[in-house]
This record gives sequence, C-alpha cells and structure tokens, in this order.
Amino acid sequence: MDGRTVQIRSPQEAQENGIAMIFQEFSLIPTLSVAQNIFLNSEPRTGTKLLDDRQSERRTRELFAELGEDVDPKKTVADMSTGYWQLTEIAKALSRDARILIMDEPTSSLTKTESEALFDLIRRLKANGISIVYISHRMEEVFRIADRVTVLRNGRNAITDEVSNLTLDEVIDHIVGEKMEGAFEWREREVDRTGSPLLEVKVLSAAGRFRDVSFNLYPGEILGLAGLMGSGRTEIARALFGIDRVDAGEILVHGRSVDIRGVRDAMDAGISLIPEDRRLQGLVLDHSVKDNLLLPLLKGLQRRGVVDDRRGERTVGALVERLKVKASSIFEPIWLLSGGNQQKVVIAKWLAAEPDVLVMDEPTAGVDIGAKTEILDIARDLADSGKGIIVISSELTELLAVSDRILVLQDGTVTREMHRRDVGSEEELHRAVQSV
Amino acid sequence: MLSRVFNRGADADAGVASASVPRFDWRQYVVFIAFLVVFALFGATLYDSGFLSFNNLLNIVRQSAIIAVMAVAMTFVISAAEIDLSVGSVAGLASVTSALAVSEYGFFAGAATGLLTGLIVGSVNGALVARFNIPSFLVTLGMLGIAVGTARWITDSAPVPILDDSFNTIFGSGQIGPVPALLIWMFIVFAVGHIVLRKTAYGRRVLATGGNESAARFSGVDTRRIKFYVLLASSTVAALAGMLYAGRLQSGRYQWGEGDELSVIAAVILGGTSLFGGYGTVVGSVLGALLVGLINNGLTLMGLEFSQQQIVRGAIIILAVALARKGPGSR
Repeated sequence: MDGRTVQIRSPQEAQENGIAMIFQEFSLIPTLSVAQNIFLNSEPRTGTKLLDDRQSERRTRELFAELGEDVDPKKTVADMSTGYWQLTEIAKALSRDARILIMDEPTSSLTKTESEALFDLIRRLKANGISIVYISHRMEEVFRIADRVTVLRNGRNAITDEVSNLTLDEVIDHIVGEKMEGAFEWREREVDRTGSPLLEVKVLSAAGRFRDVSFNLYPGEILGLAGLMGSGRTEIARALFGIDRVDAGEILVHGRSVDIRGVRDAMDAGISLIPEDRRLQGLVLDHSVKDNLLLPLLKGLQRRGVVDDRRGERTVGALVERLKVKASSIFEPIWLLSGGNQQKVVIAKWLAAEPDVLVMDEPTAGVDIGAKTEILDIARDLADSGKGIIVISSELTELLAVSDRILVLQDGTVTREMHRRDVGSEEELHRAVQSV
Repeated sequence: MLSRVFNRGADADAGVASASVPRFDWRQYVVFIAFLVVFALFGATLYDSGFLSFNNLLNIVRQSAIIAVMAVAMTFVISAAEIDLSVGSVAGLASVTSALAVSEYGFFAGAATGLLTGLIVGSVNGALVARFNIPSFLVTLGMLGIAVGTARWITDSAPVPILDDSFNTIFGSGQIGPVPALLIWMFIVFAVGHIVLRKTAYGRRVLATGGNESAARFSGVDTRRIKFYVLLASSTVAALAGMLYAGRLQSGRYQWGEGDELSVIAAVILGGTSLFGGYGTVVGSVLGALLVGLINNGLTLMGLEFSQQQIVRGAIIILAVALARKGPGSR
C-alpha cells in the first residue's frame, strides 16, 4: 500500500489498510437497521461507553448524502430493495475510510435503473479519489466504466491494458483463451410451427404475480422470456414446474391438459426447471456431484426398494462426460466446483430425467464466458433433438443468441411477441423490455 | 487408489471426471478411532477389575442398546435437519401404555398399544412440523412435557408391573443362548436403519432435504413428507425403546427414558452425523451409543462417583465432536 509492503491476513487488516469489499452476496444483517449495519463493530460510543445511536444515525445520513441519496437510518435493511442494500454496503465501506473498493459482480442483483445509479456513483467515488476494483462477467459494463482491465484465466494474469486499447472481441479472446466460435452469434434455426405444440399455456394467472399469460411452445423451439426483475418471468417458470400454485388458466402438454400441483406432477408431465438460484435451489452444496445429479432420478433407479448405485454411477459418468463437467471425481463435493461446472451438473440432472420441456431460468448467471457458450450450445442441441426450451435471461445478448422467438413481459403480462429474425438489434429488444 | 487421494491437486485440471473411489476423510472415522482408543485404554488399565470379561462386555451392550435403538431413528431426524426432543418421554409413555394393555388384554394388545402410542405421537409431531411449519425443536419440546404428563396422569405416577413372561422375555429380559434379546433388537434396528439410509431412495431424500431443503424440493422431493416420516419413525422407534425398558425392568413407568433425548442426540453427533443436516451415519450413531456406554462402564469400574463420571463423560464428548468437525466451507 502506497509503496509499503503490508501483510493482510484478515478482513480487519484489509480494513486497516483502507481496502473494503462489496460482496456478491451482500454481507449485511437483514434484521438490523441501516445505521446499525454501517457501524457494526465500530459503533460510536457516548462518554459512558454506551452506544451512541444518535451519532451513528446522523453520520449515516451524512454518508448517504455524500452518495446523493436520502435514506432513513432507522429503517431495517430487510425492508429495502436490493439497490439500497448495495448502497448501504458502500456507505459502510466509506465509513471506514476505505480508499480501495472491491466490487464483486455488483450489478448481478440490480435492475437496469439501479445499475445506472451505481455507475453514476462509481464515477463520483472516482472523482473523490477512491480507487475501484470492479469484478464483472458483463463486458458491456467493463467497457463503460473501467479505465484499465485485467483478464484472469486459470488463476493467471492473461492481460492488463487500458480499456481504450482493447476491443470487446480481444477481451473475450483472452477470457476464453482460444477463438470463440461465435456462440453469441445467432443462427437461424428451422422450427416447424405447423404441427401441434409441445406445450400450450392458456390464460394462466396467479394473483400478484402474473395474469392472462398465454403462449405455445413447439418441438425443437427455443422460446426466450425477456423482462425486468419482477416482470413475472421467474414466477411463470415456477408455476410451470409446480413450485407455486396458479389461480386460473390451463397448461397442456402434447395437447393433453395437465394438473400441476407439485414438482412431481410437473416432472411426470415432462417439464423440468433449471432454477434461478443455483446454490439455493439447484444444488445440495455439501453433497457430491453424483448425489446431486441422481436426486431427481432416484425413483427410477430403485430395484426391489434399493437404489442401484452401479447403474446410477454409469448414468452420472456418461452425463458428466457429455457435458464436459470438470471435477476430479463424481464423488467430489459440489461446492469445490466452479460456478460453470456446478451449473452443468444442475443441467445434467434434468437431462437425465429426459423432459420434453426444459425451462432454464438465468442458466448462465455467475458462470465464466467459456461455460456460458457451452451452456448455450447445450440448449441448442436439446432443441435440435426435438425438445422445447424456454430460456429466461436478463442478458439480452444471450437471449438474442439462442431464442427462436421472444416473449416480452411487463408487470406480469406478455406485452409483445417477437420472432428473432424480426429483431434488428439488441437496442430494439432493450426498448421493448423497458417499454420506451 | 491412494495415489488418487494424494494427487487430488494434480488431477483437478484433468478434465472429465471419472468414477473413482470417494476420498478418504479420517474425520468420518473419529468415532471408530475413539471407540478403539477408549476400549484399549480401559482394557489395559481396568484389566484387573474385569473390564474385558464377557459378562462385563455384555453389560455394556445391554446398557447402551436402548440408546442405540433410539439413536438409529434420530440419525434420520438430524440428517433431515430436524430434531426430536420427545424420544425419552415417548419411551416412558409407551412403557406405561403397553404395560397397562398387557395386564388387561395380553401380549399382543400390549405390543400393539405401545407401538400405536409411538405412531400417534409421531403423527402429531410430524404433522405439526410438516403441515404447519412449526420448528421441530418447539413441537417436540412441547411434546416432551405432554408425553410425561400423560404417562404420570394415567398411572397416578405409580409403576405398572408386567407379569406376562413372554412380553418380558421378548422385550429386553430374554436371551437366545448367550445373546441377550436387547442386543438382537439393537441389531435389527441398526441393520434396517443402515440399509434404509444408505441404500434406498428415501434415505437419499432425507439427506438431500437436510442438506438443502429448497434444492430438494426443486428436484421433486416432497420434503414435507420426508419430515413427517422421519418424526413418525423417531417416535415409533422411541416407543419400541420404551417397551424394551418395560420388558427389561418388568414394569411400565413414566421415568423410563427420562433424559434419554440428550444421550441419544450426543450418540448421533458423536457418531459423525451433521447437526446441520445433510450428512448422517447409522453405523456411527450405534458406535456413538456404545462409546458412551463404554465410558460409563469404565468410569464406574474405576470407582468414580456418579458426579465425577458426568464431568469426564461431558469432556470426552466435547473432545470427540471437536475432532470430528468438518473443515471450513463444508461446515
């Protein structure tokens, strides 16, 4: 730091050196107030060594004023939107005189507007002499706000250069390490929509979540769902998979009406879901690759009441090979794998169930670009083999790369349906999503 | 095989995973090691006191068997990230109900009433936890009081003698050759529990539910049904344990099993089952119960007072659990 060698062995020592980190998963305590969170473990004291709440609240207000925001310091963190969580984290860092802020995927849980506000804030922090290390998978953001960029690959420094000296393609080449085969490039696929649809959704409604949603999905088709957070994308996926109940409407698979009251019903109807949150909903992190992969398949693996582990291991081996999952063995606990490989295991576990309809909710969230392209290719391959795929993604580049058709959702209803070939540019889809 | 273990770093980048053996983790075997160490220690120091005599060893098994039986069912409960604090008092209640039924209507009615007691209590526990999402800690804590209260109420806190010889022989007092009936019961429950946890879909689903309930649900596991069944089984097995107490002591009494919930939980955790759910071992739980029995017996032979025994036993349990703790990251 400042030319001196320092030793950093704990978060406290990092803090003493003026380094603060804004975590991907927020490190706030939801049940405490904003002020309590900011001054956690460094609370201002009164003369009698008791906590000085008035001072911490006043200083919280000042910190937020510096950030150009007005926040009630007494408000409980859990009651605020995620955008404010992040602001609180930043305020907490500033309260400790941080001079270097490390932000790990700061926009991953923010809406478009919140992200814009964050970028403004980053510029202001920069103007005040604060240095920022910005970790992101989103190249567009890097090019918008970074001065210099460092690409790391397999734990090594692949390149460090001024952003102005690099193009997007160059950066991606360094990330992938080899030439990309245009995975983000859209190729028109032939989809036969004259036959009967695989999945028909008719005026599906669920109070407070979505209403009057209707669409068809044809064999071999990839249908993209676009929309902002809270537009009803994930909620529709959850309803199709039997996680949440619906109030009205009908779901037909292969022309037959199905009554989906639980996950089991959805699986029996041939519908599977790659859930939005891999760590929370997709995997049992302490368990092995094998146990995670076989969880939905146990029913079919039983012989006279006992699970046939040999057959299970063969199934797992084949899938792991097919999806090129990198793990030292199928008995390795899943938390040791990288995000991309974890996600491949989640996909593999549903491939083995051989669904007709596969719903993928943010399938590439938090995975590196290499795994991202592989995952998109898997979706394409599945569609080519006649399955129906629904892809939900906040990254429009990705939706445009894989979808044959895109439904735009807003406030719980479908506002537009676009054929991919009619979408001229990403800006056009952006405007449709933001309805401007 | 060993080279795989030691070359983990080297082949982490090797690409495609292969079906090799699960890696060796000595922490999983702490209870085995502790068992052997304690056994050897007592065997050497207490040889003259007859620690290694056949009768003394049988005694140890006899004293631990009932705890071991309950620990098998508790392994499932804790693996599913739930807890059952009512096992001891359910055992007491079942000893009383079966004793009353035996003296009125005979052997079969007695056995059936005992098990029915467990089924009823278990259904209530399970339904409250699974249906109404009340934490099992609170439900079973309440049930602990209800079961003891009921047992005292219907007997006026007096013991109920059992004069039916076949009941006493089958549950607890009898032997086949030199093998006590208690040991046979323990073995049956252990074998069934081990196979169900290791080899059946139900067992895997219990572990998945405890490891990450949400992910299990998203994988088609009916997690509420799993929770219901682990609590149902726990109470039913506790009722069996109550009948073993009744048969062994030839009477039903509300005090039978009093405080056992703590010994049972200690045995399960000592055995290596994760208190946070997601990992469990029936073999470990039974060994954990035997280890506690071994320690109790050894300390008694050493001539320690009960109060001193409690202190030493507590220290040994803390030490073993501290050693068995998994590394960071996996909790």
